[in-house]
Amino acid sequence: MEAIKGLFNLVADPRLFFLLSVVALVLIVWKREAFAKLSVGYGLMGFLTAFFLFGLFDENFVLIIAKPDNVPIVALIFLVVFFTWYSMREAVLNDQRVAAGEDVIEKQESDRVWVWPDLVYTELIALVLCSAVLVVWSIALEAPIEQPANPANTPNPSKAPWYFLGLQEMLVYFDPWLAGVVLPSLIIVGLMAIPYIDTNPKGNGYYTFNERKAEITIFLFGFVILWSSLIVLGTFLRGPNWNFFGPFEYWDVHKLEALNNVQLSEYLWVRGAGTALPDNILVREGVGILLSLAYVTVLPVLLAKTVLKRYYEKMGPTRFYVGAFLFLMMLSLPIKMFSRWLVNLKYVVSIPEWFFNI
Amino acid sequence: MAKAKSIQPQAGALERAWNWLTETQIWTSVFRHDAPLNDRNRVLVMLSNVFLHLHPVRLKKHGVRLRYTWCMGGLSFFLFLVLTFTGVLLMFYYRPTLEYAYSDIVGLREHVPLGIMREMHRWGAHAMVITVWLHMFRVFMTGSYKPPREFNWNVGVIMLVLTLLLSFTGYLLPWDQLAIWAITVGSNMARATPFLGYEGPGASLLAIGDVQLIHAADDARFALLGGTFVGEGALLRFYVLHCVALPLVIGFLMAVHFWRVRKDGGISGPL
Repeated sequence: MEAIKGLFNLVADPRLFFLLSVVALVLIVWKREAFAKLSVGYGLMGFLTAFFLFGLFDENFVLIIAKPDNVPIVALIFLVVFFTWYSMREAVLNDQRVAAGEDVIEKQESDRVWVWPDLVYTELIALVLCSAVLVVWSIALEAPIEQPANPANTPNPSKAPWYFLGLQEMLVYFDPWLAGVVLPSLIIVGLMAIPYIDTNPKGNGYYTFNERKAEITIFLFGFVILWSSLIVLGTFLRGPNWNFFGPFEYWDVHKLEALNNVQLSEYLWVRGAGTALPDNILVREGVGILLSLAYVTVLPVLLAKTVLKRYYEKMGPTRFYVGAFLFLMMLSLPIKMFSRWLVNLKYVVSIPEWFFNI
Repeated sequence: MAKAKSIQPQAGALERAWNWLTETQIWTSVFRHDAPLNDRNRVLVMLSNVFLHLHPVRLKKHGVRLRYTWCMGGLSFFLFLVLTFTGVLLMFYYRPTLEYAYSDIVGLREHVPLGIMREMHRWGAHAMVITVWLHMFRVFMTGSYKPPREFNWNVGVIMLVLTLLLSFTGYLLPWDQLAIWAITVGSNMARATPFLGYEGPGASLLAIGDVQLIHAADDARFALLGGTFVGEGALLRFYVLHCVALPLVIGFLMAVHFWRVRKDGGISGPL
C-alpha cells in the first residue's frame, strides 16, 4: 500500500509529471489508432476512478480532494481525459473512413431533421439533467465559507481561484510581469489569432486528425498539458510556500526545499570567467538579452529557412512570423522549466533594478 | 391563426375540454398556431416563438448529435441563465460593504431554510467555466473556427475571458479569507504590468523630471481594486462588475455569438 502511494508521490513530482504528460501526448498522437480503441477509453476512466477510490482511504489525499472548491477540478480531470480520448477516437474513425474511400460520419448524416422535435427535446433533456446534477451537487456539498477576511493574516499557501492556478504555477518559472500579464495576454491573442494563422482549408466541420496533424498536436499541448495539467498540479500538488507535495503527502509547513537557482549572468561571469559581476547592467546581462532577442527574432527566420520551410511557403511571411512568435512564447514555458530542472537556471536576464527578469 | 376545430359530439370530456381551452381568445392570443405536430406548424413554432427563434427550422442530423456537439455550448448558456436567476436571488440578501458582506453570506446559511441558492450559484459558476472550456475544445477539434466562422471564434474567446472574469469578481464577494487572498494573489499580478504597474518593467521611465507618473496609488492594480489593497473599494467595484457590467457585456456578446452561428451557415459541418 505504502509502496503504491510512494510511487504516485514520485510520479507526481512536477518534473516527472510534466515529462510523462509530454510523453503521453506523443504516444497519443503517434499511436492514435491504438489509443482510439474502446478498451483504452474504458481503461482510462477505470484507472482514474480506481485511483480516486484508492485515494479516499488516505487522509492526506482526502484533505485536498474533499475541499469543496476542489471538487470541480476532480471533475475537470475526468472530463478533459475523457474528451481528449473521445475526440481523438472520432478523428481516427473519420480518418479510417476517408482512407477506405468513404465519407466522414458528419457528411453521411448531413440530411436535415426538424428542430422541433429532434433538437428541442434533446435540449430539454440536457437542461433537466444539468439542473438535476446541479441541485444534487448543491444539496450534497455546502459552498465554502472560511473565517472573515483579515488582511493581517496571510494563509499559507495563498492560492488564486482554481482556473488561474496554471498561471500561478508559471510564477515559479517567470516573473509576474511575464507570468501574470504578458503571457496571459498572449494566450488570449494567440487563441484569437488561430483562425487567421491556420489557413489549412481541410478538416472544417468534422473530426479528423490526419488532415490537421500540427494544429491538433499544438492545441492539445497547450490546452491539455500546459493549461489543464498545470491547474491540476497547482491545485492538488502545491502546498505551503508553494512547495511540491505528492498526492499522499502531508502538507508540512516546515518542509524545506533547497533553492540554489542561479542567474545566467552569474554562470557566465562568476563561474565562467571567474570575475565579479560587472557594474554596468547592460554588460552584465548582455548575453541574456541577446539570447532572448535572438529567440524571438533570429530563431523564427532560421526556422523559416530550414525545418519549417514548407510551412513558411504555405503560410506567407506575416502569418508565419506571427504564428512562430506565438508558438515560441508558448514553448518558452517548457524551456524555462527544463533549464530550471536541469541546470538550476533562474533567470536568463536578471535586472531586478528595473523589475525586468526573463 | 388557429383553424376552428370541429368538436365531435361523441368526443370524451377531456378532449372537449382541451378543444375548448385551445379555442379561447386567451389561448389563441398566446399561441398563433396548433401544436407542432405537422410540418407547417413545425415551421411556424420556430418563426413565431421568441425563445425558439434562435434555432433554424431544420438542421443537419449530425448537428443534433451529442457525439458531435457534446452539448457544451448549450450547457454554458443554460448555466448562465441559472447563474443569472440565482444571482438575482442572492442580491436580495447581500450587501457589498465591509460591515455586512460576510455576515450576510453566513446569514444565508443560518437563516434561509433549505437554502441552496449560494451553492447553486457557486457550483454552477465552476461548472460554467468547465463547459466553456470544453465548448472551445470541441469547436477546435471539429475545425469549426475555420472560414466563415473566424469572427465568431473571436467572440467566443472574448466570452471565455469574460466568463473567467465573472467568476473572479464573484470570488471576492463572500469576503472571507478564501476570497480576499485569492483576489490579492490574482490582482498582485497587475502590479507588474509593463509600464502601467508600479513594479512593472518600464514604469520608472514614465516620469516628468523627478515626478513618477506611475506609483502604487494610480497604477493598473489601483484601477482594478479602487485602492492599494483589497478593501472596501475593491469589494464595491467587484460587486458592480459582477452583477451589472460584465453580465451586460457577456449578454450582448451572446446575442452576437448566436446570431453569427446562424448567419455563418448554422452549425458547422463538412462543406
